[in-house]
Amino acid sequence: MAERSFAKEVEKLRLGAGEEFAGEGILAITKALLQCGVGYVGGYQGAPISHLMDVLADAQDILGELGVHFEASASEATATAMLAASVHYPIRGAATFKSTVGTNVASDALANLASGGVTGGALIIVGEDYGEGSSIMQERSHAFAMKSQVWLLDPRPNLPSIVKAVEDGFELSEESNTPVMLQVRIRCCHVHGHFIAKDNKRPLMSVADALAAPRRDTGRIVLPPASFLHEKEKVAKRWPAAVDFIKSRKINEIFGSDHGSIGIAMQGGMYNSVIRALQRLGLADTYGDTEVSLYVLNAVYPLVDDEFLAFCEGKQAVLVVEEGQPNYIEQAFAAMLHKAGRGTRLVGKEHLPMAGEYTGQVMLDGIGSFLQANAPHLLPGEVRAPNKKGEGVDTADLVNVVPGRPPGFCVGCPERPIFAATKLVEQELGKHHIASDIGCHLFSIMPPFELGATTMGYGLGPASASAFNSPEAKRRSISFVGDGGFWHNGLTSSIGNAVFNKNDGVIVIVDNFYSAATGGQDILSSRASNRTKSTKHPITEAVKGMGVKWLRHIDRTYDVGKMRAALREALTTEEKGPKVIVASSECMLNRQRREKPLVDKAIKGGARVVKPKFGVDEDVCTGDHACMRLSGCPSLSVKSLDDPLRDDPVASIDQNCVGCGNCGEVADAAVLCPSFYRADVVHNPGRWDRFLESARRAVIGLLQRRRESRRLMFADA
Amino acid sequence: MLDQASPLRPKAGAHDDERVIKLAVLAVGGQGGGVLADWITDVAERNGYVAQSTSVAGVAQRTGATIYYIEMARDTGRLPVFALSPSQGDVDILIAAELMEAGRAIIRGFITPERTTLIASSHRIAAVSEKIEPGDGRASSEKVQATAQAAAKRFIAFDMEKIAADNGTMISASLLGALAGSDALPFTRESYEQAVSAGGRGVKASLAAFGAAYDRARGIAAAAAGDKAAGNPAAPEAKSTAKVSGPEALLKGWQNLAARVAALPEPVRDMAERGLRKVVDYQDIAYGDEYFDRLDKAVALDNAEHGYVLSIAAAKHLANAMCYDDMIRVADLKTRSTRDRRVRKEVGVREGSVLQVTEYFHPRIEEFCGTLPVGLGSYIESRPKLAAFLDRRINRGRHIRTDSFTGFAMLWFIGGLRRWRRRLLRHRIEVEHLERWYELALAHARENHALGTEILNCRRLIKGYSDTHARAQSKFDRVLSALPMLDGREDAADWIRRLREAALKDEKGEMLDGALKTVATLNESTR
Repeated sequence: MAERSFAKEVEKLRLGAGEEFAGEGILAITKALLQCGVGYVGGYQGAPISHLMDVLADAQDILGELGVHFEASASEATATAMLAASVHYPIRGAATFKSTVGTNVASDALANLASGGVTGGALIIVGEDYGEGSSIMQERSHAFAMKSQVWLLDPRPNLPSIVKAVEDGFELSEESNTPVMLQVRIRCCHVHGHFIAKDNKRPLMSVADALAAPRRDTGRIVLPPASFLHEKEKVAKRWPAAVDFIKSRKINEIFGSDHGSIGIAMQGGMYNSVIRALQRLGLADTYGDTEVSLYVLNAVYPLVDDEFLAFCEGKQAVLVVEEGQPNYIEQAFAAMLHKAGRGTRLVGKEHLPMAGEYTGQVMLDGIGSFLQANAPHLLPGEVRAPNKKGEGVDTADLVNVVPGRPPGFCVGCPERPIFAATKLVEQELGKHHIASDIGCHLFSIMPPFELGATTMGYGLGPASASAFNSPEAKRRSISFVGDGGFWHNGLTSSIGNAVFNKNDGVIVIVDNFYSAATGGQDILSSRASNRTKSTKHPITEAVKGMGVKWLRHIDRTYDVGKMRAALREALTTEEKGPKVIVASSECMLNRQRREKPLVDKAIKGGARVVKPKFGVDEDVCTGDHACMRLSGCPSLSVKSLDDPLRDDPVASIDQNCVGCGNCGEVADAAVLCPSFYRADVVHNPGRWDRFLESARRAVIGLLQRRRESRRLMFADA
Repeated sequence: MLDQASPLRPKAGAHDDERVIKLAVLAVGGQGGGVLADWITDVAERNGYVAQSTSVAGVAQRTGATIYYIEMARDTGRLPVFALSPSQGDVDILIAAELMEAGRAIIRGFITPERTTLIASSHRIAAVSEKIEPGDGRASSEKVQATAQAAAKRFIAFDMEKIAADNGTMISASLLGALAGSDALPFTRESYEQAVSAGGRGVKASLAAFGAAYDRARGIAAAAAGDKAAGNPAAPEAKSTAKVSGPEALLKGWQNLAARVAALPEPVRDMAERGLRKVVDYQDIAYGDEYFDRLDKAVALDNAEHGYVLSIAAAKHLANAMCYDDMIRVADLKTRSTRDRRVRKEVGVREGSVLQVTEYFHPRIEEFCGTLPVGLGSYIESRPKLAAFLDRRINRGRHIRTDSFTGFAMLWFIGGLRRWRRRLLRHRIEVEHLERWYELALAHARENHALGTEILNCRRLIKGYSDTHARAQSKFDRVLSALPMLDGREDAADWIRRLREAALKDEKGEMLDGALKTVATLNESTR
């Protein structure tokens, strides 16, 4: 069960021809797939296309009605390999994942798929996680399209354009027998907009039809001599077919006046930002009407030589707006102009930054500077010679005041105590080399834990510590891998590798029952029942199956003492080979989402429910904040006391506390202080509860009154 | 860099009507910014506008700073080209769901004095970096408030989190109310309420919070001329006038102590009375006299010319030092009826529900010995094998239910050891430490008044339990170890203050070590 439910929204997927669809970009893409008669879809979750997977999962009934197969693939490689169904059969298929991390994983399958080519349209929808808010290394999907010779669409970021790109993509793929990548940027995935729907189509051939009448063609298999022919076919047949399609179907668009001495060529995804800059420069109106001539590449690979050269006809200078580095498009355009012997000056990264997101200000500065240099007459006076308006506010001081706020573990996160235990064990045994992995647990690298030295890829945490295996070593390495990464490829690349190479390190598998960082999708070891997927396969069994001998299972990570003891034992035992600790507790975000409505309902319905919450005795807390250095929980914070005797703020727990237990356990394990208490409220207590309560309160009240009648009492004490 | 773009200038034929309104929401992940963005989009569409909202979901939502962005324009039948993210100097309305996020918006250039209405909740959600300092690491809200006042065209700030919490809902509802009340968008209150009602979940609570924030923002908008932002005016420092009750004999003793307070110079009285109450509450009337006997020594060295700062510091830190945290203190505090009432209030226990309270203790041999008579405690501590043997039996986490007979009775009994406290080992250790520190401070105060005061203030460093306490002691000793190096220097007091501040910056005292090195070199260079 994913973090966000689209159960209501997926009804929009049933809209028929002529009806208006309103919603998020992700949902629009799904609708477009159905309108195109897709036969099967699959993918691997990850921002920004996690919701696409969630939408598909929630839309399984609708997919089923249309005879569309949905696959929650084990990895991006799996998803891409799945597209093999379109090699021999005229079935349209789509795979989706986060890029470029997913594209890296998918590369092996992508190369093979691209070599043999496809019969049915094969569309790979990549969610481009680039720029602000991105959590990955900054690379370009463009390079993957180039190296595998698959086509790359980069539509303008509005719903009608994206929907059209899906339709065009399938046709382009079929016309040129080549898989097509459709790139959507992060904000475009979450953009809210409208388009006019068409009817959904059943696939021309379903996967069931294909299974009933299997086909094979040796010429499509990647093995010599066929693979040599594929290489030739790519340039002799498929490329020209693609260029023809892009040109004849006018996939790329031209806006603005067709005369004028300058022009701007851009990736489709950059169109809105370019228009915004022109609007702010007084050169475009609200609807994008402009005097500046624009060449919008909804297909960024392959490029169409004569189309571009025609655009440059009569222009003195053309600016290429291409986000990311290297600037493949700019280089290709420059080569075209050079070879054609044209005098048009081509500029790009001179005016725009080599690296980094093209934000509004960057675009305004870049386009402004291009126009100043090449067509100053177009610019209004105040832009050409700006009057300094106002003083502006000095923010230099503020930069030192406003604290950074990187993402971290949620309230009650079960991974927090794992890292509290790691920090405590390091206090005993000294610092260790710690290898991290991809997932929520990577937040361990941030304060307050500051644990972890590298992250090398999904499921590759222990693999990235594999060199640290020496008979002379006095200390072991510690590596982390999440359950998501474990099933993605950690089982073989990390665990199997450690067993085979007799690695002596400690491996902690963080099992929170979901692929949590990507939005709580189910995986093999999820504990929930899933209607369409097979869950409840314990990680411990898989690890044993790989040949791990030293295995400990912590089934409640909040037991910091037990967690620390397991780590201590793993780091000090005489036993050789990998020491694996599986630390399991349910992702709190998902658990709350699942349990809270049930608990509220039970309380309303009069059932006996115990709800825990933690608190701090502020007169016992000394304001040292040692507890927070082992927690970082958003719910555990500082507050000032209205008492001039106290200088430092004390700990305080807010109403968002879910009573996970970390505070008390940490205070106990680290011998911090006795100021934490757990308050369990018994809602709708039974008769026995109430009897016991009144008896206890009578005795306790007696003792309290006895003592308090013999001492001075201060009204505010 | 083009620092001033011309405002959007539609080409010929365009009307002001076609202007694009740009609105950004900066929030902390988990605050419900997505709900707010959906509501605003809905309100715009209900009013005949085309609107587009975007966000960056995903990992950034996990408690990190997030941005939601909305553009809207009157629907003329043609689709406007909207941008997908806010630009510097090009935002009409900025909603910050927390005060530091307003600061971040200013830093990022989203606030312009000619244009931007800044609506911010004045409450704070401390970032991890602010929480983990051993001292007070919190950022200055005043600084952000003051800058926001100057940076925005209009600045509407009040505690919208409190309004939401008071009405049992999320801050998104009160933020929407503040937006509606600010009149920054040309939409009616009803259309906002319709959008909230259409949302379906928790409508009543949301509308209540919406209404309260709406009225508050309206009031601010109306009074905009003078005081633009209604921040949190600092409450005037309450004088300690708490009532005292108890048996006749004790009250009489208290009157005598109160007379000693009255005899003090006026500036010292407030702190001294607070300190006095703390020590009497901690131990007994006689302890109050001990407190005064010590305090009088500082007062004797002080005068109005110095503003009695030495005496005030002594009044404060003597009380804290005399009320060291031992098992007796903790047990006493946890078994009081006032504590029970406070927990019930904090947790929100309703009539008919039962409260169970579990305490987390982890006693070690040190705490055990500290609670024994001096002779017995020292006997055990001087025999490591015996101490280790006992520690193995004592040193473990104990979860004690103070709502149960046995748990409560046990703590009640320990709390009752109070009357024998003066004979216990811990008391002797604490008194020795206190006397050493206090004498040291007074000795320096005779030569250098300010230095004496700063030494007193170093007591702030001593806090925590067990290891944390040991680390605190070590920092305290390290700061005071600079005294010989600072001997005779005019600025000795300043240096002690700086060292103390450095010591409060990080757990291990790395900043302090650096500062101590500076002190050492500073001395060399002047020699």
